[in-house]
Amino acid sequence: MTTEAAPEGPLALQRKDFVTDQEVRWCPGCGDYSILAQTQKLMPDLGVPRENVVFISGIGCSSRLPYYMNTYGFHSIHGRAPTIATGLKVMNPDLKVFVVTGDGDGLSIGGNHLLHVMRRNVDLTIVLFNNRIYGLTKGQYSPTSEFGKRTKSSPAGAVDRPLHPLSVAISAEASFVARSLDIDQKHLIATLERAARHKGTSFVEVYQNCNVFNDGAFMEFADKAVRSDRTVRLEHGQPMLFGKELEKGVRLNGTTPEIVDVGNGASESDLWVHDETREDPALSFILSRMHWPDFPEPMGVIRAVERPTYEGLVQQQVDEAIERQGEGDLDALFMEGDTWTVE
Amino acid sequence: MSAGDGRRSSSARTDQIEELDRVTICFAGDSGDGMQLAGLQFTNTSAVFGNDVSTMPDFPAEIRAPAGSIPGVSSFQVSFSSYDIHTPGDRPDVLVAMNPAALKAHLGELPKGGLLIVNTDEFTESNLRKALYAENPLEGDSLAAYRAVEVPISSMNARALADSGLNTKQIDRSKNSFALGLMFWLYERSLDSTIGWFEEKFARNPEVRDANIATMKAGYNYGETAELFPMRYHVAKADLPPGRYRNITGNAATALGFLAASKLADLPLFYGTYPITPASDILHELSRFKNFGVKTFQAEDEIAAIGSAIGASFGGYLGLTGTSGPGLALKSEALGLAVMVELPLVVAMIQRSGPSTGMPTKTDQADLLQVLFGRNGESPVAVVAPATPSECFHFAIEAFRLALRHMTPTVFLSDGYLGTGSEPWRVPQADELPRIEVKFAKDADTFNPYDRDPETLARPWARPGTPGLEHRVGGLEKADVTGNVSYDPDNHEKMTRFRAEKVARIANDIPDLEVVGDDSGDLLVLGWGSTYGANLSAVQRARAKGLAVSFAHLRYLNPFPSNLGDVIARFDRILIPELNLGQLAMLVRSRYVVDAASLNKVTGRPFLIGEVEEKIHELVGSKVKV
Repeated sequence: MTTEAAPEGPLALQRKDFVTDQEVRWCPGCGDYSILAQTQKLMPDLGVPRENVVFISGIGCSSRLPYYMNTYGFHSIHGRAPTIATGLKVMNPDLKVFVVTGDGDGLSIGGNHLLHVMRRNVDLTIVLFNNRIYGLTKGQYSPTSEFGKRTKSSPAGAVDRPLHPLSVAISAEASFVARSLDIDQKHLIATLERAARHKGTSFVEVYQNCNVFNDGAFMEFADKAVRSDRTVRLEHGQPMLFGKELEKGVRLNGTTPEIVDVGNGASESDLWVHDETREDPALSFILSRMHWPDFPEPMGVIRAVERPTYEGLVQQQVDEAIERQGEGDLDALFMEGDTWTVE
Repeated sequence: MSAGDGRRSSSARTDQIEELDRVTICFAGDSGDGMQLAGLQFTNTSAVFGNDVSTMPDFPAEIRAPAGSIPGVSSFQVSFSSYDIHTPGDRPDVLVAMNPAALKAHLGELPKGGLLIVNTDEFTESNLRKALYAENPLEGDSLAAYRAVEVPISSMNARALADSGLNTKQIDRSKNSFALGLMFWLYERSLDSTIGWFEEKFARNPEVRDANIATMKAGYNYGETAELFPMRYHVAKADLPPGRYRNITGNAATALGFLAASKLADLPLFYGTYPITPASDILHELSRFKNFGVKTFQAEDEIAAIGSAIGASFGGYLGLTGTSGPGLALKSEALGLAVMVELPLVVAMIQRSGPSTGMPTKTDQADLLQVLFGRNGESPVAVVAPATPSECFHFAIEAFRLALRHMTPTVFLSDGYLGTGSEPWRVPQADELPRIEVKFAKDADTFNPYDRDPETLARPWARPGTPGLEHRVGGLEKADVTGNVSYDPDNHEKMTRFRAEKVARIANDIPDLEVVGDDSGDLLVLGWGSTYGANLSAVQRARAKGLAVSFAHLRYLNPFPSNLGDVIARFDRILIPELNLGQLAMLVRSRYVVDAASLNKVTGRPFLIGEVEEKIHELVGSKVKV
């Protein structure tokens, strides 16, 4: 567990205090509703006064979310939310800043900013709604759409290979990386809370169903009936067990994960024990590459390491400069270098 | 040959001194020869002595073009005078050519009879070939029209530093200091300022420090003993207004202005930028002054640079981004966002030659229309443009004053010539600078994010962290007053007109356009930006010849000063000289329906006074009053 972002306890506010008067305009049945609900529910528990919370988004279905949060909010332009959040957080580190993005916004048009905000470790909570489709523009394939996907813009099948959002985050060495699921409410709110309390860039991929343009994209493993068999809940310090009776496990053979039946040729002590605090991102990367049907999809916190925040380091340089040179004095500044007097 | 080979012994010491009122020297050499340094030191010394100075550095965009080649030539032109000057001089009086390529590149600018100092050591067969000389110009009579003085600078420098402990390469790198010492002698300048500079610059490298000082003195002494020049020259102090002065480049003045704005508004400054020629020096300067609370952010790209600055503005701080033409193109969408969310963002835009990558180190004024119109939708921004390097200080402050008071993105429009050129700056007293008033929304009961100030139409600025003012902004059209998303047709028309009118009303908050010369006449020369010096000087010369020509200079490009139309109407003709193909002229012609004439130049170099003067004569020369 990393340091707490919010020093205060729960607020005397309720979920409804974080709801705006704006009509929510997602399609009925959209996974976004659930993410919004859990986000609003989380707010009172987080203990950050409402006026210190800012939601910043780009463009896309997910990016409408700030309009529905009764906090400060900025619905910006496509892909650029991390840049606006960076400037804001660098100048005012006291704010709790969320970035809301999607697979198109965050990984296509805004891919560059996402990489750089994570490697800098700006203290932001980034929630990427991954529905593997372009919803707002009505159904083109996205950078996370599976290879061969047939959409309006790829009637013969997409020949683009998909990005794996967690792999991207780990490659950029984000200090907190996690995944959750829109319809798994308890897991989602718990994951969002961990992310929000992390000091540094926290990146959460939420598998989110677009019931209009990509319905059931995650159902093969997200459906309640099969979820425990086809996903693995990551718990720090615990062996990776899954299945209805936790009868299956993940073992690491060198750098290759493999599935074993616990008790049937393998014991719990053979299993891969999850360590979210490992600095070296190599094992986290292996986890991020595990996908159904070859593996259970890992859910939960993959990586949570402590690193100085970007805005903290920037502030430190300012403080040191003031200590060394004294508070800036314009008259002294103007007279820097050779000067002369004209009588 | 018009002068000796430098080793020739001569009769008497040079003790004759000729008084001159202005001298322009061009230091030219290979880009590795340290010409910028030599030029800058000569400039500072002349400024400290009390001359008025004006400079123009000119260097290749490549870090190191092939050594000895013509594209690799780097030069620094400095003009110093005993009177108020406005340009670095149309043509040099003196050319210091450190190699054949420098001679080839700049000889055409030297007037016949001009003083030419040549480093003979570099006129080797291989260097001549690189400079595309079929024959050695030092042999034969191709330089007969000039007062050519041949000095073996490289070998004299090597001899002076034989015992310095430096290796051959390091020694050769000091030859600019030898040349500089020689010029200091010729123009009776003190070495003190440059010695002080070497002591500071090379404090941790005493061998290099001592070598530069030693060879500079050797150059000085060489001038004194070698009898190369029939006389020395004296340029008296200029009669500048009293005060404390320093020499300053436009970009340095810009950075100081932004720091001052931060102090005057009592708000920390954020500078988000991506390195780009010729704007990067603003980043270098600001990042040195963290003790002013400024936070500089070298972003991953131009878009992140402006995005982060918008984030800072949204947070209630001074959000600033800086760039040049290609970078502004990338920032366009985000600048439109700043228009929509009506935040006080400032963009420092230092123009260079375009389109595309163009000529990064060469100057241009061809981004005026991009700044005004280069965004989707009706997207007005305020635009201010300094006229001189030292004016950059004032207009950096002014850009923030307007942005904050009118809650609008504001572009500070400079260019490479202003940014890298320098002149003396009368240092202001900090307590004489007017404070910038900033109002934040406080009252939750009356707050609406898109309410408007009845006078300016500015919306309130509510900083995150203020209880009760939680609100959402964004790029979607905003409903009047509430700021909620709105697709209402009438609302869009209303908001579009609000945004336009808000910027237009800035005209009530800026000074009238002043006319230099008579209030009416045959011709008004109307300029903007860095053409100021050439235009003003050309008009002064034309007036001295009896022409009824006046001059006006626009420092506010959007909105225009409210009296511009009246001023234009009082003259028979209007001439607009611009370093583009007629962008201000297009605006003035359409706005005021006037048949303004243009003088256009797009060589990547500033106007010469003579070029503007010639155009004035072409238009109204027949009207000379006797």
